[in-house]
Amino acid sequence: MEKISLAGQLIQYIFTGITVGSIYAMVGLGFNIIYNVTEIINFAQGEFVMLGGLFMVFCTATLNLPLPVAFILTIALVTGVGAMMERSTINPVKNATVLTMIIVTIAVSIVLKGMAMFAWGKDPYIYPPFSGSEPVFIFGAAVQTQTFWVLLMTAVVVVLLTLFFKRTRYGKAMLACSDNPEAARLMGINVNLMVLISFALSAAIGAVAGAVITPISLMEYDRGALLALKGFGAAVLGGLGSFYGSVVAGILMGIIESLCAGLLSSGYKDAVALILLLLVLFIRPSGLFGSVEVSKIKKFG
Amino acid sequence: MKIKRRAIWITLALTISLAFVFSCAKEKEEKKATTELKEPYKVGAVFSVTGRTSFLGEPEKKTAEMITEAINNTGGINGHPLELIVYDDESDETKCVLAVKRLIKKDKVPVIIGPSLSGNSLAVVKIVNDEKVPLVSCAASFKIVTPVVDRKWVFKVPQSDSHAVLTIFDHLIANGKSKIAIMSVSTGFGASGREELLRLAKEVGMEIVADERYGPKDTDLTAQLTRIRGTDAQAIVNWSVGPTQVLAVKNWYDLGMTTIPFYQSHGFGSRKNIELAAGAAEGVFCPLGRVNIPDLVPADNPQKEVIMAYNQAYQAKYNEPLSSFGGHAWDALNLVIDALRAVGPDSAKIRDYLENRRNFVGQHGVFNFSPTDHNGLTKEAFEMVVVKDGDWALVP
Repeated sequence: MEKISLAGQLIQYIFTGITVGSIYAMVGLGFNIIYNVTEIINFAQGEFVMLGGLFMVFCTATLNLPLPVAFILTIALVTGVGAMMERSTINPVKNATVLTMIIVTIAVSIVLKGMAMFAWGKDPYIYPPFSGSEPVFIFGAAVQTQTFWVLLMTAVVVVLLTLFFKRTRYGKAMLACSDNPEAARLMGINVNLMVLISFALSAAIGAVAGAVITPISLMEYDRGALLALKGFGAAVLGGLGSFYGSVVAGILMGIIESLCAGLLSSGYKDAVALILLLLVLFIRPSGLFGSVEVSKIKKFG
Repeated sequence: MKIKRRAIWITLALTISLAFVFSCAKEKEEKKATTELKEPYKVGAVFSVTGRTSFLGEPEKKTAEMITEAINNTGGINGHPLELIVYDDESDETKCVLAVKRLIKKDKVPVIIGPSLSGNSLAVVKIVNDEKVPLVSCAASFKIVTPVVDRKWVFKVPQSDSHAVLTIFDHLIANGKSKIAIMSVSTGFGASGREELLRLAKEVGMEIVADERYGPKDTDLTAQLTRIRGTDAQAIVNWSVGPTQVLAVKNWYDLGMTTIPFYQSHGFGSRKNIELAAGAAEGVFCPLGRVNIPDLVPADNPQKEVIMAYNQAYQAKYNEPLSSFGGHAWDALNLVIDALRAVGPDSAKIRDYLENRRNFVGQHGVFNFSPTDHNGLTKEAFEMVVVKDGDWALVP
């Protein structure tokens, strides 16, 4: 076969980077939604992605549902898991510090991982891409059609989230909670409910990410932790609390990783992404898009 | 109210513990009934039954338990029942060291099989040497038994990476390929394979034009493969286990690189991998121990009989396809049983017996141990196979 040109290589790296980065971005978004309302860093966020992939396997392979139905059912199921997590572990823990809550989420992530292991075993799973498995060639770079689904879904998630927070009552109420929960409560906003919604919403986004990435990357029960770590990196890099920040930072991290793997050395790609994260935190502790004032008010961040 | 609740808890706890005690007692009685009260022979085992490499330990444990059950149902070893004590090291080095120490100090076993992982095996080499308890490792790295002078008490049954590398290089040379790209995962398995690839490439005059690495949880290997696409590699050799080896094949296929032949390590030996790759694995080469391909082994091969027997017994008992890793446990435990039958439960005698055991027909080859070779296998233990129509086929 013919050698690929440098330009072709670069395009390939960038496409790969954007695909992986979109997943980091979606995980980062999930972190931000919960963080904005509760100031909790939900370390079970990666498990939502894992569950998204594996529920999708269950719906398509075991229940033989058509793809759109399976996709919606998966999101509904994982959203349910997220809501249940909040009702059973976060809500009952009264008067706890943010740090305690974060530790609770770590515990939940371990439980979810264990349950997934019992349900699906330790093998990785996969199902066919949404629209054909033949890759498309763009300037010599092969791009899987599933990549476009990943990008499309990321865009849909971002648009819907924006509309939700800007245009709806609940969205605005959630933003109010993040600004000042006490004042929000005094204004008659049901903070309790907002926390529940934030967990459900994060779980739904995680499910979308898991459902679209599995045909590319396979999914197994213990994939969540690393995705959570990368997504957390994206959320911090973009500035905790900033939605656009986490999207830009997630995709940026994906591209840098992929370029590093391709051009420098594949052994150091994780290190480079984390070094970049550290550098940004040294120079701009509030992240690329976070505001310094906001980060000062927050208890954790 | 509170007191009442506590009473309930206590009753519950008592019931459970009583039930447990009774079930244990019953089990003991049953054991006594089936064997004639001769002192059991103990064999210790450490496998990674859970944790990140559970795909190794689980079939190993199942295999060892199956063999133990079978031998105890047919009168044990010279009338002595076999008592297998299995510990799970959870794929963790520290826990592995603790398990081995416990087997030696507390359970006082004369011989140990396992661990499943190269790193874990290397971590316990010194302990078994100091305690003078023979260990038959189920992990691949040649370092486990090299140099033999420092590893007097350690044996291993899996083929070395060098055997797999040499089998691949033979095939490459026979097909006129001299420039290859290598990919490896950044775990012990990948690093060890990479080392051997680099070392042996020099010896046989193979040029390595790209040397790519990736993490065990990576979700995409397109970047590494694209880089290889930019070189004039005539073949790709990938060294990993777990999901990344499927990912590598899928990405290779999706990138339209199928004109560059793809070689997998011997870690690819599960049909599940072909299934997961969903058609992308067509034409992929890989060196496999014969245990992976029972039906393809020619009838005149000395291993044919034991492989077919193991394969049928395992599938009948567990109703799941055989994994080549279970074969390592088969080899290790049967070697040990063979030694126990010949010399009894004496650590030093078992060691001497194993070291001089020749022509032991196992799942992964015909073992010929010697004082200078504690692995006992050559590259002949591998058969080069290719994925054809979604299944393995022998390379003509």
